[in-house]
Amino acid sequence: MTLTKADLADMLFEQVGLNKREAKDMVEAFFEEVRSALEEGDSVKLSGFGNFELRQKSERPGRNPKTGEEIPITARRVVTFHASQKLKLKVEEHYGGTAA
Amino acid sequence: MTKSELIAKLAGRFPQLVVKDAELSVKAILDAMADKLATGERIEIRGFGSFSLNYRPPRLGRNPKTGAKVQVPEKYVPHFKAGKELRERVDFED
Repeated sequence: MTLTKADLADMLFEQVGLNKREAKDMVEAFFEEVRSALEEGDSVKLSGFGNFELRQKSERPGRNPKTGEEIPITARRVVTFHASQKLKLKVEEHYGGTAA
Repeated sequence: MTKSELIAKLAGRFPQLVVKDAELSVKAILDAMADKLATGERIEIRGFGSFSLNYRPPRLGRNPKTGAKVQVPEKYVPHFKAGKELRERVDFED
């Protein structure tokens, strides 16, 4: 089952002992702080998990896949995520080199 | 922003909680997300983005020091896709 904000709030209620309201607000605030930092142009480094970084993309030619019409993809700033070595290893170990 | 700066900001938002609660919350959230990805399941945070695993097929690599060929086994790597709100907020204003 997919993990959602509601699951994280339940987990904070059970494991950290926040009340239901605080748990929900804490999860919302967690992601809002990360969004705000990125919006301000600041990268976010969460050791043991990974880093969220910003990349500037210059304009490049694109195409409307439906009509084939050429339209430029405008210059933009995008977020990239790089998993930490610890998270990568955790994912690899679970699969032990076998496909799932 | 580092993890400790994030903890400090969250502690500031919840004056009724002690700093330790914010610290435990951040660690619990990150651990839960890492555990979920390690089981091969998805994370979907509305307004923020989704995390999933991407498959990397086995390939023949080379040891960059010796030049020897080595078989690199197939593996899964974490992948993040920014959600609509995050994408729009980090993009330039125009």
